[in-house]
Amino acid sequence: MFEFILPDLGEGIHEAEILKWYVEPGDAIGEDEPLVDLETDKAAVTIPSPKGGTVSSIAGKVGDIINVGNVVAVIDTGDGEAAGTEKAGEPEEKPAQKPEKEAAGEEKDAGQEKRPEPEPKKVDEKEAEKPAPAIKRSGKGPVPAAPATRRLARELGVEINLVPPTGPAGRVTPEDVHRFAAGDTAAPEDAHVEVPAKEVGEDERALKEFAAHAASTIPLLDLEPLPDFSKWGPVETEQLRSIRRKVARKMVTSMILVPHVAHMDDADVTKLEEFRKKEKERRQGGPGEHLTMLAFVVKAVTAGLKAAKAFNASLDPFREEITYKKYYNIGVAVDSGKGLLVPVVKDTDRKSIIQISTEIEDLASRAREGKLEVDELRGGTFTITNVGPLGGTALIPTINYPEVAILGMGRAQQKPVVRDGEIVIRTILPLTLAFDHRIADGADAARFVTEMVRQLSDPNLLLLET
Amino acid sequence: MVMGSLSEETELLVIGAGPGGYVAAIRAADLGREVVLVEERDKLGGVCLIEGCIPSKALISAVEVADAAKAAENMGLSFGEPSRDLFRLRQWKDSVVDGLTGGIRGLLKRRGVEVIQGRARFEGPNAVAIEGGAVSRVEFKNCIIATGSRINQLPPGYDLPLWSSAEALTLPEVPERLLVVGGGYIGMEMGLVYAGLGSEVTMVELFPRLLMGADEDLVDVVVKSCADKFKDVLLESKVTSVEQADSGYRVTIERDGQEQRKTFDQVLVAIGRRPNTDNIGLDKAGLGVNDQGLIEVNSECRTAVPHIFAIGDVVPGPALAHKASREAKVAAEVISGHPSAFDNRAVPAVVFTHPEIAWTGLTEREAREAEREVTVGKFPLRALGRAWTMGQTEGFVKVISEPETNLLLGVGMVGPHASELIAEGTLAIEMGATLEDLLVTIHPHPTLSEALMEAAEAAAGEAVHINPPRKKK
Repeated sequence: MFEFILPDLGEGIHEAEILKWYVEPGDAIGEDEPLVDLETDKAAVTIPSPKGGTVSSIAGKVGDIINVGNVVAVIDTGDGEAAGTEKAGEPEEKPAQKPEKEAAGEEKDAGQEKRPEPEPKKVDEKEAEKPAPAIKRSGKGPVPAAPATRRLARELGVEINLVPPTGPAGRVTPEDVHRFAAGDTAAPEDAHVEVPAKEVGEDERALKEFAAHAASTIPLLDLEPLPDFSKWGPVETEQLRSIRRKVARKMVTSMILVPHVAHMDDADVTKLEEFRKKEKERRQGGPGEHLTMLAFVVKAVTAGLKAAKAFNASLDPFREEITYKKYYNIGVAVDSGKGLLVPVVKDTDRKSIIQISTEIEDLASRAREGKLEVDELRGGTFTITNVGPLGGTALIPTINYPEVAILGMGRAQQKPVVRDGEIVIRTILPLTLAFDHRIADGADAARFVTEMVRQLSDPNLLLLET
Repeated sequence: MVMGSLSEETELLVIGAGPGGYVAAIRAADLGREVVLVEERDKLGGVCLIEGCIPSKALISAVEVADAAKAAENMGLSFGEPSRDLFRLRQWKDSVVDGLTGGIRGLLKRRGVEVIQGRARFEGPNAVAIEGGAVSRVEFKNCIIATGSRINQLPPGYDLPLWSSAEALTLPEVPERLLVVGGGYIGMEMGLVYAGLGSEVTMVELFPRLLMGADEDLVDVVVKSCADKFKDVLLESKVTSVEQADSGYRVTIERDGQEQRKTFDQVLVAIGRRPNTDNIGLDKAGLGVNDQGLIEVNSECRTAVPHIFAIGDVVPGPALAHKASREAKVAAEVISGHPSAFDNRAVPAVVFTHPEIAWTGLTEREAREAEREVTVGKFPLRALGRAWTMGQTEGFVKVISEPETNLLLGVGMVGPHASELIAEGTLAIEMGATLEDLLVTIHPHPTLSEALMEAAEAAAGEAVHINPPRKKK
């Protein structure tokens, strides 16, 4: 029997929500075949089965939370117990390998980097039956936490009894304290869907208290509970969860914290588009066969960011400091079918346009299949959102907090424009730069965009100047 | 006695050199503070070292040897009746105390702490006057009050030379018939010492049982074991009068509305202690006390006056030396700018009876009073190999945990070396351990420590060496 333990998912992630099982107990599964879809607070990933065999048991049902180190599934490999537990070390390298690579740089997660050991059978069975959700404290007595963790909380000015714990028996770990201190005050249970009816009374009271408090700080803020919409007609309800919910949180945060200003311009990409089409056709079957306008824009943006470093930065309003990033990781918004994902193309300043276009294609297709690695969704310094292919003349995008700027691309289409007093037909790409007015001004934005527009007007300029 | 008119200034003044005061002074000095320590006795170490923990444990050790020798008859070893040289025992006990108090003085000297002998009294929030010292006044930026506690006397009228625990520890003699008034841990320990030295000991206790602070099941084991050591144990009984008799004292004891008169050669009064907060001029410092005469402090051990701290028996909490020492370090660290706090989840308590009792964290009684549901796992020493090899199978270990999460809440033990074994339980609770953490940890065999592991297993329903509870059908 092989116990597949949920490996370290990297970057301090302790748990994941079960989105979808590909198997049921009793089913046969092959090595590397999809086993389960899990969702962390950054991305949904499909976990392949590390071993082939018959599925003996699975960790829980859709919507349940499973912790790193817990059993995901037990697979009867037909190898016999001893072999199962011995070999358990190796196959775990496979799924664990990728997250470990990401986690390699994270010294502070050292405790979790150790390869998870298969747990003794008897404890496992408990886990298999009842996957441990992040345990809510009964509220009696002080929260369990080792002395060093309590001291850490004091050092960071954190009230330890408020920190949502992820350790066993509701123990607060040092990571929990760090996370809380960084402002992520959401309890891990928030990812949980079910709200038992008997807790609703408490929730309502908590909501009223929160609403009252928030309203007292922001004038005219209305946080009245929503009406029962079914009063006026038939409705359909769906829980806000998974990626949709993550996006919702991001949007609220970005809109509240960042003063958005949009600078719009049109780029004449007639020559560029001609060049692109020709090159794409020539390169069918090889790298460059997916050459898109977006790849060119990524290059132009990268060059622009080098000159206008304010747009490749982050602002810490608590410490009141700006971090200018000297690396260029451009996030590209993708409609994954499950929601908005922003995989990141790293080090665009060191890649050719063709390399960039190949990477974008790869990331986008894997995003649609739900096969992105968590690390591929992190580390971005600037984002581009291209709704052009779907239509629309222009858009004002929301900044991907904690970045400070985002470029929206509308649909490149032929339009009549005036050149030298004459009306001509040109391919026009509408661009909107939304930026954080705390860190840059309209003039900076204008210069940035004007430069980009100029470069996009002629492929030779992209070659020479970027 | 020359009253010097020398006045000093210091960064930190510590009042009292007991396990609270001297530890605070050393810790603060190590963290770079300039420290002055004032102590009224000529020896350092406080009640604990001079007339409490240390001498009592020394005597208990001696008496235990005699007990062990007697018990060894079962193993085929006969030593006969021991001869007791009280003088030598006293000498040895004194050498233990002197060695330790001298050691403290050495530690303080090495750290550069200035020690002043004298009695400190607050003149204001930033200065104390010192009586009987070479220095008459000390001004301070910070102060730690560690004046400890003193023995409760019997009500006025009893100005007879009865024994307090302090006197009893000086071993004046071994009375033929000794009455111990007070069945708390001091009365019990002293009663057992004198019984071990040959006295006929009678215990008198106001409450329905001895050692009211401990869980009943733990005390029961000790009471059963000690049954043959005491002549009589009178519970729910009160001493209403003590009169001088020809040889000894005539004592009237009231119980159930009935009065008895008995004669004893000596009476040891162990009815509790009171904090030394009424004689240090607290009001001049801007401080007061609560109903129990204790100084209220926050988790930093800080009083209502921000630069004055208080620790040990003068503040709320169990009046135990190790609690004072921990508070001492907290206060010294906070004064030195560290984010320290007294947030300990468990303060262990130990009674050096035979067998020993020790507990830490939540007791079953506390859980009952708070109407808190808990799981209790008990492991009897009768089922433990090491206990058999020692010929001491009376006792058990119990583990108290939270039902759904298996979080460890408390540990109680009665048996040999419980005083040593309780530390593991305290660490486990401090770390937020669950039953799993305890029972997965390998405990060496054959030792008494395995009992803690098995008690955790019992709480988790998986004990190996005891039969599982029969399931109700």
